[in-house]
Amino acid sequence: MGKINVIFDKCKGCGLCENACPQKIIQIQKDKINSHGYFTAVCINDDKCVGCAMCAVMCPECAITVERQVQK
Amino acid sequence: MSVVFRKPDSMADVNTHYCPGCTHGIVHRLICEIIDEMGIEGDTIGICPVGCSVMAYDYFNCDMIEAPHGRAPAVATGVKRSLPDKFVFTYQGDGDLAAIGTAETIHAAARGENITIIFINNTTYGMTGGQMAPTTLPGQVTQTTPYGRDVEKAGYPVKMCEILAQVDGTALAQRVSVDSPKEVQIAKKAIRKAFQIQRDKKGFSIVEVLSTCPTNWGMSPVESLERLRKECIPYFPLGVYKDITAKENSND
Ligand SMILES: Cc1ncc(C[n+]2csc(CCOP(=O)(O)OP(=O)(O)O)c2C)c(N)n1
Ligand code: SF4
Ligand code: SF4
Ligand code: SF4
Ligand SMILES: [Mg+2]
Repeated sequence: MGKINVIFDKCKGCGLCENACPQKIIQIQKDKINSHGYFTAVCINDDKCVGCAMCAVMCPECAITVERQVQK
Repeated sequence: MSVVFRKPDSMADVNTHYCPGCTHGIVHRLICEIIDEMGIEGDTIGICPVGCSVMAYDYFNCDMIEAPHGRAPAVATGVKRSLPDKFVFTYQGDGDLAAIGTAETIHAAARGENITIIFINNTTYGMTGGQMAPTTLPGQVTQTTPYGRDVEKAGYPVKMCEILAQVDGTALAQRVSVDSPKEVQIAKKAIRKAFQIQRDKKGFSIVEVLSTCPTNWGMSPVESLERLRKECIPYFPLGVYKDITAKENSND
């Protein structure tokens, strides 16, 4: 179980996270732009996120924070 | 749930000026992750180049200095010799390091300066609009090679890791890539090794990072990673060209 948070005003909509996600649950939303004029990435299915952070590892803007259920 | 990935503390919380999908940002973050993990933010001094990363001083929270084009290794030499216990790294593009700064680079290595160079090879002069760099691939179309780089007229690409591996003062020369999450992790390990070599006062270390310039390559960021993989890596093979610590660490 995982969850990503994309910082809306840092994202530049480059699509490298979308390309890296093994679960194919990231999309660039084309219906609104951020304060810099970019389309931004969103997770379209929180339930399928495994918290692997591959999206965040490829993000050139450090725009993604990843949370994961960590076994205690 | 616990946070397993977030911006490193030594990376400034600002928006960069880089084009969407430009891999400069990935490499900045890797350096900051190492600075955080080694706990050396207050002991690190970075030297910026001229090129697209000219304003990288705004993106690192450690001390930063801006050097004239190609002269970062000379500035780093002065800083390191006066403050030998600080970590000193340069961050340079291929136009900066392998064209105007070739002499500074090779002589810093020959002197065995105990500094770390992070070398961003994106096969072009990104900042000035995509002219041919010494590292431009044969046949590559750029602003100044509109019919593709003709090696008969423009010569062959310069392979800096291969050259620097021949220099006695070099402790580490490694080429990595950032075209996939796996390669990004290898790149991070190489940067960590370079900083450790500097900590242990073993000499000159360089990590060459094959990178993209989607804007001047005229490709999407994802297509650029594909080109990096299919065209750049075969010409600039990844790997460790020299590592004087390899024997000591062979049972790692
Ligand atoms: C002394 C001097 N000569 C030339 C220039 C013009 N100039 C600015 S950046 C650059 C090359 C940048 O290319 P690179 O180092 O590969 O960095 P990139 O932008 O690709 O990251 C050049 C030639 C300059 N600023 N100063
Ligand atoms: S990789 Fe980063 S900047 Fe690019 S689309 Fe994804 S979140 Fe946005
Ligand atoms: S953490 Fe992994 S599964 Fe979740 S969105 Fe990112 S890449 Fe996809
Ligand atoms: S011009 Fe190229 S190297 Fe410079 S910021 Fe844009 S994509 Fe990156
Ligand atoms: Mg360049």
